[in-house]
Amino acid sequence: IMSLSAKDKAAVKAFWAKAATKADDIGSDALSRMLVVYPQTKTYFSHWKDLSPGSAPVRKHGKTVMAGVAEAVAKIDDLTGGLLTLSELHAFTLRVDPANFKILSHNLLVVLATQFPEDFTPEVHVAMDKFLSALALALSEKYR
Amino acid sequence: MVEWTEFERSTIQSIFSKLDYDVAGGKALARCLVVYPWTQRYFGSFGNLYNATAIMGNPKVAAHGKVVLQGLDRAVKNMDNIKATYAELSVLHSEKLHVDPDNFKLLADCLTIVVAAQMGAAFTAEVQAAFQKFLAVAVSSLCRQYH
Repeated sequence: IMSLSAKDKAAVKAFWAKAATKADDIGSDALSRMLVVYPQTKTYFSHWKDLSPGSAPVRKHGKTVMAGVAEAVAKIDDLTGGLLTLSELHAFTLRVDPANFKILSHNLLVVLATQFPEDFTPEVHVAMDKFLSALALALSEKYR
Repeated sequence: MVEWTEFERSTIQSIFSKLDYDVAGGKALARCLVVYPWTQRYFGSFGNLYNATAIMGNPKVAAHGKVVLQGLDRAVKNMDNIKATYAELSVLHSEKLHVDPDNFKLLADCLTIVVAAQMGAAFTAEVQAAFQKFLAVAVSSLCRQYH
């Protein structure tokens, strides 16, 4: 796996400091996009009344997801250890196919590009992409 | 045959009509070389690609980015026949350039990010879906002649 360098971690923390204030919007927008652009992901949310962009369940869940991302930023020095409980949740209860982590990550990056066109430089992009990949890997730790 | 809705057709035409091919292509290619550094393997003759600043300021990267966008433009102008339009390009990328087709998706994702940054809120989920569908068709057509 490609581990995060000190430079990557610094870039992630610095960018997150700016993005965190808009976390709820980012989460809602990323999830909305995922459900529209990758309709197969809707299969995980058949219990929701409304899957349309910006709907109440989507907004609520976007918040939940971004709280997880915030936790990961705080525990960036040990993602596997820090996200153990979340990994168990995804492995044994949610059983989300890990391919979907990549899909959600992509949509998060798209939202970051639309919201922070000047700050989301190629260098920030690569650091965030590496971070989200490492996050996804930590989440899949307990799968098998 | 790929089916395009009216929304998808007009969205694609609109996006590309607003892109500065001199700038956007280079930005996307530079981003690809920074975010996915192994893609640099195809550009040994481009000179200084040692760091992000060098890549983003490299004139050969900018020039080649424009070539790539002009290639995509051919698909934009032949949306009902992208496979045939790209047949020769596909052979070129496979037989002469020896590009691993997985790289096409990486560049497509970087172009998506560049367009998203340019369009901001106008890059809605529906617009994103149309744009990614178009790029997926272009990528698939580029892969067609590989064997």
